[in-house]
Amino acid sequence: MSDHNYVPSSKLGKWFNDRLPLLSLSAHLREYPTPKNLNYWWTFGGILTFCLFGQIITGIVLAMHYVAQADLAFESVEHIMRDVNYGWLIRYFHANGSSMFFLAVYIHIFRSLYYGSHKSPREVIWIIGMIIYFLMMMTAFMGYVLPWGQMSFWAATVITNLFSAVPFIGESITNWLWGGYAVDSPTLTRFYALHYLFPFLILGLVILHIWALHIPGNNNPVGIDVKKPSKDTVPFHPYIVIKDLFALLVFLTLFAFFVFYAPNLLGHPDNYIEANPLVTPTHIVPEWYLLPFYAILRSIPDKLLGVVAMFASIFVLIILPWLDTSKIRSAIFRPLYKQFYWILVLDVIVLGYMGALPPEGIYLLIARVATAYYFIHFLVILPVLGSKEKTIPLPLSISEPVLNEASDVVKNNKMNTE
Amino acid sequence: MSEEKKPKRRDFLYTASYAVGAVGIGAAVWPLIDQMNPDSSVKALASTEVDVSLVEPGKSITVLWRGKPVFIKRRTQEEISEARAVNLDDLIDPEKDEDRAKNPEWLVMLGVCTHLGCVPLEDKGDYNGWFCPCHGSHYDTSGRIRKGPAPENMQIPKYEFVSSNIIKIG
Amino acid sequence: MKFYFKIIFILFILFTFNNQKIEAGENNKEFLKVDWSFKGVFGKFDRASLQRGYQVYTEVCASCHSMKLLSYRNLAEKGGPEFSKEQAKAIASNFDLTDGPNSDGDMFTRSAKLSDKFVKPYQNIQEAKASNGGAYPPDLSVLVKARSGGANYVYSVLLGYDDPPSDVILDDGVYYNTYMTGNKIMMPNPLSEGLVEYNDGTKATEEQMTKDVVTFLAWAAEPHLEARHKIGFKAIIYLLILSILAYFSMKRLWSRIEPEV
Repeated sequence: MSDHNYVPSSKLGKWFNDRLPLLSLSAHLREYPTPKNLNYWWTFGGILTFCLFGQIITGIVLAMHYVAQADLAFESVEHIMRDVNYGWLIRYFHANGSSMFFLAVYIHIFRSLYYGSHKSPREVIWIIGMIIYFLMMMTAFMGYVLPWGQMSFWAATVITNLFSAVPFIGESITNWLWGGYAVDSPTLTRFYALHYLFPFLILGLVILHIWALHIPGNNNPVGIDVKKPSKDTVPFHPYIVIKDLFALLVFLTLFAFFVFYAPNLLGHPDNYIEANPLVTPTHIVPEWYLLPFYAILRSIPDKLLGVVAMFASIFVLIILPWLDTSKIRSAIFRPLYKQFYWILVLDVIVLGYMGALPPEGIYLLIARVATAYYFIHFLVILPVLGSKEKTIPLPLSISEPVLNEASDVVKNNKMNTE
Repeated sequence: MSEEKKPKRRDFLYTASYAVGAVGIGAAVWPLIDQMNPDSSVKALASTEVDVSLVEPGKSITVLWRGKPVFIKRRTQEEISEARAVNLDDLIDPEKDEDRAKNPEWLVMLGVCTHLGCVPLEDKGDYNGWFCPCHGSHYDTSGRIRKGPAPENMQIPKYEFVSSNIIKIG
Repeated sequence: MKFYFKIIFILFILFTFNNQKIEAGENNKEFLKVDWSFKGVFGKFDRASLQRGYQVYTEVCASCHSMKLLSYRNLAEKGGPEFSKEQAKAIASNFDLTDGPNSDGDMFTRSAKLSDKFVKPYQNIQEAKASNGGAYPPDLSVLVKARSGGANYVYSVLLGYDDPPSDVILDDGVYYNTYMTGNKIMMPNPLSEGLVEYNDGTKATEEQMTKDVVTFLAWAAEPHLEARHKIGFKAIIYLLILSILAYFSMKRLWSRIEPEV
């Protein structure tokens, strides 16, 4: 990290900064040396920050009108949609914002996997990121319960019922979660309280995530360390700021398409039916971003082991820095890893697709194969690849890939400044 | 020559971007602020119709309008004369009774003390009108402040008689 | 690399579109399609159709189906049937509801005002079920959004009453429907030619009434659709313009940095 001898230009600034160094922090963020070869897959961190603030702001505004009580919740959401000024806009922003948030986080995670951003010395950034991801899933799950539609109610029932699989104390845990003997108003009110809370925990973790990042600095597409900041990096402001802004605007255009022209496309029609404890929907499905985990859960025939497998699929990601044994970071220089990476991407998409289909016949078989591959990929393939793989020689530095082989590889991957 | 031109072109692009961006931020922020304004279900209840056919002379009813109490008093001739006889110079907030009650028999006003918002009590106080127990404001038979800390007369809302027995408030 | 991401993006889009088999029900019979005026980027509601649809709802459907999330004032608001305020007031006054307690402590009956919600045909779900052979006529406020296939599905079901195939046996009070999920429905065919005499003189064929009432239901589920389309168009044009400005600003700024290998 560069050391600042930053002195604020005004007397007031200096007085304040001596007591709380916010101006120094601001200067650090502006000058923060960022590798100049970052491509657009690196803009998703900024996009995610926007998504978080967007959800928090629209969420707080919705909270001014929503009523968290079983008899009134559905109606209060419709009140927001019909009567509150621009209520429909704020609600659709928040609901579709959740999907956009996950789209961005998946791209962000898969970027890390491809370029080795999870590897030393960035393990803690990665682990904090996984905790953020887990909290995001919990927040989204609880948020989906709040409109109290059929899917809200039954998804809550299915997922909270999983805890009854815990030996001996399972039923007690489940009743404790419910605040009763089934999902009902007490469950709703506590989910509301926690749904409001968790984003602020996420915000705190995001600050730690960025802080941890600023110690070693950003990874980059070729995965080699910065040798000479003056040649290899650019100050964050204005170069990265403008690039992040441009990428954010493109992202917002896609977001706007969903909000204004297909606001219910990513949702489920059953959630426009009021929750009915006596009638179960024919197919209970979570929102699309939770489908891969749903598929893993349902592919194991045993209830407890299904739950274990679902949590294991996240745990396996947390310990990834120690499973992926390769010394080379970027997949550009790891041709075999690159193939398995794309198989993993396909695998996750297949899992997601299976999660939306009934767990029967050919669908169940495919889900099981995909689940098996998922664990084999992380627990077997990655550790073995680290030692066995023949990698392509790395360039000497970010700004001077002198070796022809490397520069060809770099060119062929179109990993330019853009 | 080209050096001179460069900054101009560069500035225009950046200035244009900032300006367009600012417009967008303003447009995005407005719904977040406007949502706190009264929503359409609240605005639909902005007027109330009250049937006053059962109100005897000298009696009053209190109705809720926009969440606040409204006193509707059917005044006796005595109360009307008393109100009209008051010299404007004696009033803390000078206002003619004729301007407050177009139809002198009916006094329609917000039953909210203009000091700090308590609901004054009827048939109390030194002026035959209302008395606010919170800090001792006295109102007369026209609902005007005569003594005490309140700065203004009790407010007259917009109202009209839509028939001989029905008053529409708001 | 870009090629791979294109594939993934396409897969993502296909995945989300196919997720709910939008164009056909689980019976896999494709729905009847209508060129709805409210679909598409510039979609708007046909005011006359909305007003006729409201007439069909009131005269045919409202005896069993509530629309409890709508208020009478909505009939006069922008983006909907746009009856005049007087017309909407007159419509509301045709319905009675219970209010109270009055100052004697009693509940009383009064006619509906603009600010009231649509009066329900039954007091509660139990009464609704008991009066309809055990089946609850669903509330129609958001029905079009609550069914996979939306307006096309509802339209198809209303016109989908047919004789059952020979291998299907129906209980009393159950009817066969080609498009209803499960093919069995407890509502008899509600519409027939000439059932409603339209105030504007349009010929009340089954197709016409169905189209009008489904248009009305689509508005009831999404009363702000027109505002949403209008603002959306402006928002997306704006974002495209600002993206272009940001792009050129970015290029201009980055031109200061020597190009990479």
